[in-house]
Amino acid sequence: MNPSANSVVYNTPNYLDAEGGVRSWLFTRDHKRIGVMYLVLTTSAFALGGLFAMLIRIELLTPGPTIMSAMTYNRMFTLHGVVMIFLFMVPAIPGIFGNFFLPLMLGAQDVAFPRLNLLSVYLYLVGATIAVWGMIQGGADTGWTFYAPYSTTTTTKVVPILLGAFVIGFSSIVTGINFIVTTHTMRGPGLTWDRMPLFVWSIYATSIIQVLATPVLGMVLLLVAIEHSFGFGIFDPARGGDPILLQHLFWFYSHPAVYIMVLPAMAVISEVVCAFARKNMFGYKAVAYSSLGIAFVGFFTWGHHLFTSGQSAFDAGIFGVLSMFVGIFTAIKVFNWTATLYKGAIKFTAPFAYVCGFLFFLVFGGMTGVALATVSLDVHWQDTYFVVAHFHFIMVGGTIMAFLAGIHYWWPKMFGRMYSEGWALVAACTIIFGFNATFIPQFLLGNMGMPRRYYSYPAQFWPLNVASTAGASLLGFGFLLVLVYLLLSLKYGRVAGANPWGSRGFEWNTPSPPSALNFPVPPVFTHGPHDYQDRGPGEEPSPTPPPEAQHA
Amino acid sequence: MPEATTPAIEPPLAHHFVSMRQQTEAARLGMWLFLVSEVLLFTGLFTAYAVYRFLYPTVFEEASRKGVELWAGTTNTFVLITSSLTVALGYHFAKEGRGKLAAALLAVSLALGFVFLGIKAIEYTNHFHEGQLPGKFYHFAEVQGPGASMFFTLYFIMTGLHGAHVVVGMTVLAIMAVRAWREEFGPVHFAPIELAGLYWHLVDLIWIFLYPLLYLI
Repeated sequence: MNPSANSVVYNTPNYLDAEGGVRSWLFTRDHKRIGVMYLVLTTSAFALGGLFAMLIRIELLTPGPTIMSAMTYNRMFTLHGVVMIFLFMVPAIPGIFGNFFLPLMLGAQDVAFPRLNLLSVYLYLVGATIAVWGMIQGGADTGWTFYAPYSTTTTTKVVPILLGAFVIGFSSIVTGINFIVTTHTMRGPGLTWDRMPLFVWSIYATSIIQVLATPVLGMVLLLVAIEHSFGFGIFDPARGGDPILLQHLFWFYSHPAVYIMVLPAMAVISEVVCAFARKNMFGYKAVAYSSLGIAFVGFFTWGHHLFTSGQSAFDAGIFGVLSMFVGIFTAIKVFNWTATLYKGAIKFTAPFAYVCGFLFFLVFGGMTGVALATVSLDVHWQDTYFVVAHFHFIMVGGTIMAFLAGIHYWWPKMFGRMYSEGWALVAACTIIFGFNATFIPQFLLGNMGMPRRYYSYPAQFWPLNVASTAGASLLGFGFLLVLVYLLLSLKYGRVAGANPWGSRGFEWNTPSPPSALNFPVPPVFTHGPHDYQDRGPGEEPSPTPPPEAQHA
Repeated sequence: MPEATTPAIEPPLAHHFVSMRQQTEAARLGMWLFLVSEVLLFTGLFTAYAVYRFLYPTVFEEASRKGVELWAGTTNTFVLITSSLTVALGYHFAKEGRGKLAAALLAVSLALGFVFLGIKAIEYTNHFHEGQLPGKFYHFAEVQGPGASMFFTLYFIMTGLHGAHVVVGMTVLAIMAVRAWREEFGPVHFAPIELAGLYWHLVDLIWIFLYPLLYLI
């Protein structure tokens, strides 16, 4: 935060009005506009993935066939997974909030490579177009994991889906490189590493995983596509190939990818917790370093996806223990967030409601994760709905809650308008309740032995499946509600001031919406983030001593 | 310093950087991160190679003896290392402001790139004639048994991906040669040619790993 920036008069237009016309958007290099483009694209992808999810749940409403054939059902769960993971959860929070707020928080005028940033949007768009084209051609039925030899022999259109995900991977790498370089080289004067907002720390950790893991996924997707097209036999046991190798290479990316999805969520939560508890983050350094800890350990846990795939018991044990380390770093964060709430002046707004939802899903999903990392228990739960419910709780619950918390928290900053707080709370309750109603029955079903990805099931599983489908309907309704009142707020919402929440985050020191040129004068940072120390709520920060007098 | 210390064109400073130094640092760090991601792209293939080498040690050895031409791989190794030297010299002279000399050296590198691709093309033609091809297309009589086609699957994917990188690198070098010829670089502004050089060295380095794996051991 930079008190001196408050007095600066912004006579430049805001980023939305700076230039008009479609061309100015298509060729923009403004990180804020690119963030908005990501918002539109990833939300559309989320709607598509959600549509597939609803169709799956409707199909599972009855034990036998309901609305589709078994083949269509296989395609539905594959496309649901592919769209949600590659088109929504991986790019969403870094793409939207990372692009929009990382430079603002660092006091930079833009990300380090604005042209590459625009390229990342177009890579995403090209990849998504190829994937959607593949879906129109019939889609794939392999599951989003593309296990061989089925994925290399299926007659469905798996190649466009693979290539789409491959291209989107480069979008992810480009974004990651951009954020790492921006964080290293573009910090404003006085913004040392231990003064950086926790959002930046966590996005930075995410970017490291994106740069290091995504190329391996790209390679393996390409190999599957090559093998499917030309029969090279890389993973085909009939030609001397090893299908387990595919699983190793795939999970070397796809397990860290879980942290690509959840670390940005943690980034958002760290900001929102401080803003609505009106307190400094408890244990700032522990939260910052635990992000890096998760990123590091995340690279050595992929083997827990192969407990039943023919890995040695010794390896399985090692991977199980390493997986539990992730729980330690996550717990550090959870304890610090809750400790931040203690004796805080909590404002129970919609973003804060999502923080509560996030904490619940993260703890519940995380603890079932530790249980699943235990090899003997995992053998019982492998490929059941228990696993499905677990990763939906931690990845989807975590990411969606943080996404919604972030979109509500930053909506006034991004678009200069307030949404309807009453409706937002109604929607938050609907979504959190709907999410629980969808996935708690799946934990129970999994524990009873219902396998995932099955088209039909015995009649005794029927009531819980109905409950799950009912929950999913509520969840879908909640999302529609959010979409409607947010879009309406763009036109009818109350005009938000520069800082409607009274937040002390650095990014709130700009007008709402921010000026096209971020800062007329480069801001000077004199203290750490979320600086609520020794001041009552709503009170402006006192004049800050010169930088050299402060040790954050 | 030689006479041409002031570049003909002012070094472009983008609006979002505060200094040339910051811009160069950002570009350099970005390039290194990109190279890291490139290394990891190949790491997937190296892992696959290690696994199959371990599964089929004798067949892989035999395929490497009878299937690939040692002279071609060795010559190409020297060609690429020499091209890296000329790129490094080109960078050195561009930084000193001697653009024409730098352009000439980059042109030599480019020519060596063509030699590399030419030798690779001869090798590929031979493989096609001998039936040393991946997967179901494999019909090379001298080396048979499980894993024989796998060697050539990996061979084609690894050298093919590397070849694609050579082509990209040559394109970049050609652009840099033109820019150096126009005296765009000097002691202040040399980042683009430095980054192009880094990329070319990586292409070279990957080959230095491919050469022993495919031709020697």
